[in-house]
Amino acid sequence: MKKNPITYPYILWMVIFTVVPLALILVYSVFTMDSSGIGFTLQHIKRVFEPLYLVVLLRSIRLAVVSTVICLVLGYPVAMILAERHLSKKSILIVLFVIPMWMNFLARTYAWMTLLEKNGLINTALGAIGLPAINILYTDNAVILGMVYNFLPFMVLPIYSVLRKIDSAVIEAAEDLGATPVTTFRRVIFPLSLPGVMSGITMVFMPAVTTFVISRLLGGGQYTLIGNLIEQQFLTTRDWGFGSSLSFILMIFILLTMGIMSRYEKDNEGGGLW
Amino acid sequence: MSDEIIRLENISKDFNGVQVLKDISLYILRNEFLTLLGPSGCGKTTTLRIIGGFECPSSGNVLFEGSRINDLPAFKRKVNPVFQKYALFTHMNVYENIAFGLKIKKISKKDIDKKVQEVLELVNLPGIENRSVDSLSGGQQQRVAIARAIVNEPEVLLLDEPLGALDLKLRKDMQIELKNIQKRLGITFIYVTHDQEEALTMSDTIVVMNHGSIQQIGTPLDIYNEPKNAFVADFIGESNIIDGTMIEDCLIEFAGHRFECVDKGFERNEEVDVVIRPEDVKLGRVEEGMLEGTVQSVVFKGVHYEMIVLSNQKKWIIHSTAMEPVNSKVGIKILPTDIHIMKKVRVQ
Repeated sequence: MKKNPITYPYILWMVIFTVVPLALILVYSVFTMDSSGIGFTLQHIKRVFEPLYLVVLLRSIRLAVVSTVICLVLGYPVAMILAERHLSKKSILIVLFVIPMWMNFLARTYAWMTLLEKNGLINTALGAIGLPAINILYTDNAVILGMVYNFLPFMVLPIYSVLRKIDSAVIEAAEDLGATPVTTFRRVIFPLSLPGVMSGITMVFMPAVTTFVISRLLGGGQYTLIGNLIEQQFLTTRDWGFGSSLSFILMIFILLTMGIMSRYEKDNEGGGLW
Repeated sequence: MSDEIIRLENISKDFNGVQVLKDISLYILRNEFLTLLGPSGCGKTTTLRIIGGFECPSSGNVLFEGSRINDLPAFKRKVNPVFQKYALFTHMNVYENIAFGLKIKKISKKDIDKKVQEVLELVNLPGIENRSVDSLSGGQQQRVAIARAIVNEPEVLLLDEPLGALDLKLRKDMQIELKNIQKRLGITFIYVTHDQEEALTMSDTIVVMNHGSIQQIGTPLDIYNEPKNAFVADFIGESNIIDGTMIEDCLIEFAGHRFECVDKGFERNEEVDVVIRPEDVKLGRVEEGMLEGTVQSVVFKGVHYEMIVLSNQKKWIIHSTAMEPVNSKVGIKILPTDIHIMKKVRVQ
């Protein structure tokens, strides 16, 4: 196919900001530079699979999976309510849902710190009505809470957009054939919304598995996730080779996950959200 | 044949204050092919949805075999719909689509298999059980949708513009096919369409609707030959509709000329609509005609020519197998039996 000149700027953009950085990461992860010159090495890659770091990777995946599941369980009903045809004031609801996303991500996460603090708003309120205080700040649960709070809209919106497209006649047909609301949901609505569910899962899982801000702020120093580890390699330890290897392995892992997902995501419906 | 199955009594329906059905009364016979015909927005689909149980009438009663079913949910009615856009379950294959209702009724696997096979044969699609719905053509999807409805052995099948998405050739084939299926099943079909030709081809009874009320109920022949008002005449095929004055019984004046006609029972000098079918207007030499006109355009339509003749500021649509050249002067002749006179109706 002949290339249209109008695509050149985009090709240039892609090369500078996608291809080159990716290539650099690959180069950094498999080459070493020292006084004797440049040499090929697999030591960085091998290091990623040391138990010390595997634990970090597995913890990241575990927290991301838990957050994704919670987002799905919380988000699906919300998407259904939003997609309800007879809902009045629907646009206000959607805006209310999206508004937090307009606020700075850091500010939102910091806000949770002050809410969850030992003497923070939540514990003060609990104390006032005579309930014991909860101390979840700097635990797994706080990190999961932060992830769910920040990423929930990414689950709701793709599911909502797929649900809204389901022809109401399909649901009427199921009901006419004797299906109860539960059966209609289980056999018709949910299967038809799977593409949205799949893209919702991808969109929550990916940022959750790579986040380092949420885990740093709400997890404290002790809950290092893979994102924190990578940040550390680049900013503190200055071990770019190992940092790149970690990024590279994480990327391959995400690619594999996406590959599995995309087998379900037939028409990429819902995926066209961004 | 004169066995009544469904009766609508004074049905009205409004959506948020907009009245879409005004006092519809209608009865439907067992085993008949009844068509609700009208332009979009005339309330035909709403009528169908009320019969199917997908809408509740604002007032009036729906009777099924004599008992009131206003509040009976759709799945308890012995009525199954075929939706406009098929509404097939795209994540299931053909077998699963058709078996959906049967599985819910907890029918044994063996019986389901047998029934699915039978209906697929009935709609002329044997052996496609395992195909995915997406891989079927529009016409095949249509048949599967029909199969999914009739496998439940309804007494009435509701069809909402089922052929709307098909191309002309396929639509013609499916019209005949649908009619055959209806005869084979021996059940009532209620069919909604805006296509007058489709209605004339398939129906035993046509109900012409406009602005939420029934304009005329009759056989295709009745409706074509004896339209009750100008709307029906215009909607069913092309017509020349002219303002006229009934001078006395069997004498009508329009287009500046008095014509003999066969209609009686109007008041003297009553203002009426005169309807003349394009094929009933005869052209001849100027001296022989009752009116004189000039041919403005000629379009070849296959079987006939369609000519527009201007006579005394009035355009006549004329269908004839003989062509008169453009700009030629012609005489217009109309037989008394071809002049249809209708009371004026107030249409908002």
